[in-house]
Amino acid sequence: MSPAPTTPTPAQKDSSQVRQKEMIARHFDRLADAPGTGARSAYTFVPGNLTELLLSFDVLPVLPEINALQSAMRGKTAEYIAMAEKLGHSEDVCTYVKSDVGMMKSGNVGPTGQRLPSPDLLLLSYTGCFTFMKWFELLREEYHCPVAMLHVPYQADGRITDAMRAYVVEQLRTEVIPKLEAITGRAYDEDRLKALLAQSARAEDDLVWVLQSARHVPSPIDAYFGAVYYVGPIFSAFRGTEDAVHYYRELREEIEERIRLGKGPVTPDGEMDRERFRVVVEGPPNWTSFRQFWKMFADEGAVAVASTYSKVGGVYDLGFRHDPDHPLETLAEYCLGCYTNLNLPTRIDLLTRYLSEYLADGFLINSVKSCNSFSAGQLHILREVEARSGRPGGFIESDLVDPRYFSAANIKNRLESYFQMLDQKRLGAAS
Amino acid sequence: MTPDQQRSALVQRADAIFRDQSLAAVGEWKARTGGLAVGFLPIYVPRELLHAQGVLPVGLMGGRPDLEIIKGDAYYQSYICHLPRSTIELGLNGSYDALDGIVFPAICDVIRNLSGMWQMLFPRVLVHYLDVPQNFDPAIGGAFYRRDLEGLAEALAARGARRLTDDNLRQSIALYNEDRRLVRELYALRRREPWKVPTAELYVVLRAGLLLPVEESTPLFAEYLALAAADASRRPQDQARVLVAGSFCEQPPLGLIKTLERAGCYIVDDDFVQVHRFLRSDIPTDGDPLQRLVEAFLTDAVASPTRYIGDGVKGADLERRLAESGAEGVLFCAPSFCDPALLDQPMAARAAERAGIPWTAFKYAENSAQFQVIREQAGTFADSIKLWSGA
Ligand code: SF4
Ligand code: SF4
Repeated sequence: MSPAPTTPTPAQKDSSQVRQKEMIARHFDRLADAPGTGARSAYTFVPGNLTELLLSFDVLPVLPEINALQSAMRGKTAEYIAMAEKLGHSEDVCTYVKSDVGMMKSGNVGPTGQRLPSPDLLLLSYTGCFTFMKWFELLREEYHCPVAMLHVPYQADGRITDAMRAYVVEQLRTEVIPKLEAITGRAYDEDRLKALLAQSARAEDDLVWVLQSARHVPSPIDAYFGAVYYVGPIFSAFRGTEDAVHYYRELREEIEERIRLGKGPVTPDGEMDRERFRVVVEGPPNWTSFRQFWKMFADEGAVAVASTYSKVGGVYDLGFRHDPDHPLETLAEYCLGCYTNLNLPTRIDLLTRYLSEYLADGFLINSVKSCNSFSAGQLHILREVEARSGRPGGFIESDLVDPRYFSAANIKNRLESYFQMLDQKRLGAAS
Repeated sequence: MTPDQQRSALVQRADAIFRDQSLAAVGEWKARTGGLAVGFLPIYVPRELLHAQGVLPVGLMGGRPDLEIIKGDAYYQSYICHLPRSTIELGLNGSYDALDGIVFPAICDVIRNLSGMWQMLFPRVLVHYLDVPQNFDPAIGGAFYRRDLEGLAEALAARGARRLTDDNLRQSIALYNEDRRLVRELYALRRREPWKVPTAELYVVLRAGLLLPVEESTPLFAEYLALAAADASRRPQDQARVLVAGSFCEQPPLGLIKTLERAGCYIVDDDFVQVHRFLRSDIPTDGDPLQRLVEAFLTDAVASPTRYIGDGVKGADLERRLAESGAEGVLFCAPSFCDPALLDQPMAARAAERAGIPWTAFKYAENSAQFQVIREQAGTFADSIKLWSGA
């Protein structure tokens, strides 16, 4: 999982988009230059990322999930996956892993066409997904670098206990921080971390405002396809930076303006003029046919007003903010709270709540073959959310980055019938 | 009865227990003792703790091939392994009605998410997600795990089980030490004289052991060990010695195990019904017994693909097992769509290669019914090993 494509799709480029593009370009330049400058890098995952902590050591984060989805958008993953499968990786497992393996074997050229440095550290944040652990075990065999394992317990009973928090904090203290100190030769600087966390909280406030702007009718944003751009900076290498604070402030202002003008979201074909359906979406998008997939919604006048995917790197809309006064505890809390670390009953509650708070007509689940963390249980989620909300759910199946599992005709048919059904329900209700 | 007849009578008895998916033996035990029965999914839970509270631990490993899945498929997409759908099916069809709860160990995202579904589908039973640590420092992962076990003990007591005491726990540890020792001996006998312990037979005995109280599983194992060891009628055959890896959760159908043996393989080590061998040695019975359970998990567990191998060398455990078992080949035999097994496989295959041991791989589902392709694959593999070792 994990959002953040780097090339803004919508035709019109707002200044926030230009800013994001520049931030990403600078980041990848720094990574490409790392062998010369001696900058250290750590590979890590989006859910449970510890960006502020890494940045407090001037360590550059690399997010293999984002590289994989970027590779998919650039049409590279079919080749990468085939390469990994040839090397013995099963066709049944997560395609992010295989895409990453394929990319590495092809020279580790990242989304900007520049070579990525080998990691100085694999920061294995085991949050919300078991595959992460195996992924970095595989990478460790290739890179022979240290691994810092951070085991984040699961919210099996729908809450975070003191024991869970203490467990994560202790690992930060005894496992993660010492390994960062070792690769950088620098001591942990808590004041610096606190300053970064304070900036995170400011950006998080604006991000939440942006996501919740979809409560307006018509919604000024698409909170699934569009949101993957919005969450990009905060879910990846920029949380805690001044750049991220500026980005989210600017984005918020742009959306305030859209609301003032009564505008709908920007889609691959430009601005949507009439919002016909408001839907909540569960599950990650497909990346190999991202624009095509988005267009299938936009062509029907369907806007995603809320999504769970935009919460994989943090469920900020439930109130969590990084708290600079308790730096390690807040990082622990953050890791524990990511969407796929929530149990099924909590996920069901959240979706049901979104349906009513965002005045949605229904919800759609895009179930991806790759991801048991998301997908195992989604049929149960479908029935439960339908029963609780009284609103219809639709179910489509695809994959993240394996083009073999995106059957455009099939998905389009399903979506069309789903939207037709919503229409008929509406007509029925009106008559 | 001849020893041979005695052994087949024992295996038949075990088979009847194993075959009964409605857990009749558990129901009988409850009627007899008035105790609680709590199921657990693969791979491992510290059964001693449950036993010490007077609770019957019941090992659940999905469904047998003849289980008709009527409702379970409506809960899972085609690209998810089979075990959760049979588990749901057995829950919904009443087969697990005798259980007062289920423990879901943290081994993969499927079992993890199933725990939440169980909370919703069966709100009256105890659902405990055993979030085993991936940090093996006693002061950190150990402390967290201990808290988790204490939570489980409290939850059981809240449902009417007796409170956990050190004395009871020590006694339970001693009983399970003996149970595990016998299983280790059975595996050792099979390594030495695999013709005496056909895996299809051993497997059934071990599966029955999952459903019986330890007071009954231990004599069953002891009797089987004695009968198998004494049987001189079974003679060595020209079979290839193989280690079967990857079947630690969803189990292959018994027919598949038989197929491998018929195809010319002696299975000399495996991951089947692994709870019996998850800990390698006895747990000391002195000191703080709960801490002993914790330490055993931290330091003495097998290098399962579900467990993070921190400073150790990935695959070293497989190399050790290959050396100890004298296996001449590895069969990677994983359930379809099983993340931990299949993600681990490339690393395990490299370990086999480092050890100079050939391997082959195939997948199954617990309800697979056709084994022709696997039979041919395993047969060719076994033949090539025999050819090689004879050369
Ligand atoms: S299984 Fe899901 S959560 Fe895990 S790495 Fe793959 S896509 Fe991400
Ligand atoms: S078979 Fe594998 S993926 Fe399925 S529940 Fe078991 S461990 Fe998880």
